[in-house]
Amino acid sequence: MDLYLPIANLSVNALVIVLLGGGVGFLSGMFGVGGGFLTTPLLIFYGIPPTVAAASAASQVTGASVSGVFAHLRRDGVDFRMGWVLVAGGVLGSVAGAGIFRLLQSSGQIDTVIAILYVVMLGSIGGLMLKEAIGAVRVLRGAIPPRAARRRHHPLVAALPLRWRFYASGLYISPLAPLLLGFATGILTVLLGVGGGFILVPAMLYLLGMGTRVVVGTSLFQILFVTAAATMVHALTTKAVDIVLAVLLLIGSVTGAQIGARFAQKAKPEYLRLALAIIVLAVAFRMALGLGWRPDDIYTVQPA
Amino acid sequence: MRRALLLAVLAPLTMGAAAPVLVPDVSTRDVQIAYSFTGAELLLFGAILYPGGRVPQGDRPAEIVVVVKGPPESIVVREKEKVAGIWVNADRISYRSAPSFYAIASARPIDRIVDERTRAIYELGLDSLQLSPAAGTSAEDQARFAQGFVGLRERAGLYRETPGAVEITDDVLYRAAITIPARVPVGKFTAETFLIRDGRVLAAAVREIDIRKSGFERFVAIAANQASLWYGLAAVALSIGFGWAAGALWRRF
Repeated sequence: MDLYLPIANLSVNALVIVLLGGGVGFLSGMFGVGGGFLTTPLLIFYGIPPTVAAASAASQVTGASVSGVFAHLRRDGVDFRMGWVLVAGGVLGSVAGAGIFRLLQSSGQIDTVIAILYVVMLGSIGGLMLKEAIGAVRVLRGAIPPRAARRRHHPLVAALPLRWRFYASGLYISPLAPLLLGFATGILTVLLGVGGGFILVPAMLYLLGMGTRVVVGTSLFQILFVTAAATMVHALTTKAVDIVLAVLLLIGSVTGAQIGARFAQKAKPEYLRLALAIIVLAVAFRMALGLGWRPDDIYTVQPA
Repeated sequence: MRRALLLAVLAPLTMGAAAPVLVPDVSTRDVQIAYSFTGAELLLFGAILYPGGRVPQGDRPAEIVVVVKGPPESIVVREKEKVAGIWVNADRISYRSAPSFYAIASARPIDRIVDERTRAIYELGLDSLQLSPAAGTSAEDQARFAQGFVGLRERAGLYRETPGAVEITDDVLYRAAITIPARVPVGKFTAETFLIRDGRVLAAAVREIDIRKSGFERFVAIAANQASLWYGLAAVALSIGFGWAAGALWRRF
C-alpha cells in the first residue's frame, strides 16, 4: 500500500513503515529503550532523507515513552525533581542541537557527523553493556559470585558546587550534573532522533549513582519531554517533521511496544540486556562499515 | 511569456519561407499529488501544421523531440572523498539553475538527431544541460561534477532520456509519453516540443504543466511551512495521544 509523504516528498510502502515501527517498538517495549537509535538509520536506509528521518523518529520515541512514563508513575518510579532538572538541560540542549545541526548542514558534514556519533556512542555504550551483561549472565549461571553492589556517584560529580537534595533518588549532589547530562542528550536527540535512554540510564546509574528504582522512570520522563521539545525544534527550524511518516511509525511502535513489554515479563532481564547489547553493537558495526565503504553515490545535492 | 518565448524561438524561422507550426497539447496540465500518488504518465501529443497543409515530399521526415523540465533550483553539489579511512564531503560546487526535473523523449537517440551546438542551445540531452555553475571552478571540475550530478539525478529517476518514446503518425500527428516519478518536485513545469529536420530546429512550442500537492498533502505541506508552531504541537500531541491510547487499550487485555 503506497502512501505519499508530504514532507519527505516521496511515496513509501505504508505497511513497511508500520512494520518497521512495530519491530522497533517491540524491541523498545522489551528492553525499555526508545528505539530511536534503530528507527533513524533504518529510515535512512529505506531512502527517507536523513533530516526528515531524524525529525520524525523523535516523535516516535515520544509515543513509545508515554505509556512507560504512566506505568512508572503508577508505582512511584519517577524522581520529579531530578526529572525536571534533566528536562531543563534537555530543552536547552535541543535548542543548542538545532544550532549545531544548521552549522553542520551548511558545511556539508551533517551526514558524516551523524554517522560518526552513532558509531562512537553505540560502540562504546554497546561495549559497556555487553561487558556488564556477560558478567550478569555468568553470575546468573553461578560461574562467578555476584559483586557487592557499589553505589557511589563519580568523584567529578561530587566536585561540582551548589548541592541539592534529590530525595527519591537518594542523592545529595549538584543539580549541574544532571543539567549537563540532560543538555548532552538534548543535543543528541535533535541530531540523531534518539531519545538518549541508552546514554541516560547508564549515566544515571554509574555517574550520578541514582537509586535503581527511579532510574528508568525518570529517564523515560526526561525522554518524553525532550523528544517532544526536539520535535518542536525541528518543526520550527528544519521544518522536516513528516506527520504522516510519524503517524505510520507510531501505529507500529506503540503496538509493538505493548507486545514487547509482555514478552519481556517472561524473559530473564540478564539475557535481555545481553541481546540489547548485541543489537546496539551490530548497528554500530553496520554504521562503521558504511563510513569506510565506498558509498553508492559520491555526490549529494542540497538546496543552496 | 509563453507567447514571447515561442515567438523568439520561431522568429529566425518565420522570416524565410513559411515554416511549419506545432500545435502541442498535454494529457494533464494539472498533476495533483495526493496520498496515493506513485507517479504519473504524461502524454504529450499534437499536430505538425505544414504551410498549405502539404507534408514536404522527398526529404527525410521531420522528427519530434519533447523536453519536460521542472522548475529550476539553485543547489550545492558535494563530492565525497576518502579522508583518513572514511568517506566525507570534500569538494563542492554550486549551480544557480539546475532543473529539478528533466525528461527528454525522442524517436532516436538525441545525439543522432542534432549536433552538439544545437543540443547546447536548446538544452537537448542530459550532457547538454546548462547548469550555470558559480564562477571560479575549473572546466575539469565542472565536467566531473556535472557528470556526477546528472548521474545521481538519473538514478533518482528525476533526469532521463527516453529515445523511442516518440511516435509520429503520417508525418502530422505525434505523441510522446513521459513518466513522472513519485519523487517529483512540485511547481510549474514546462513541456517544450521541437520539430527538427536535418539537424535544424524548424519549430518549437511550449506548454506549461502545473504539478502540485492537493488535498491533505497540500494542507500538511503548507501547515509545516507556514504554521510551524501549531504543526509541531500537533505532531507532539499526536505522538502523546497514540502512546497513551495504546497503553490504555492494551491494559484491558
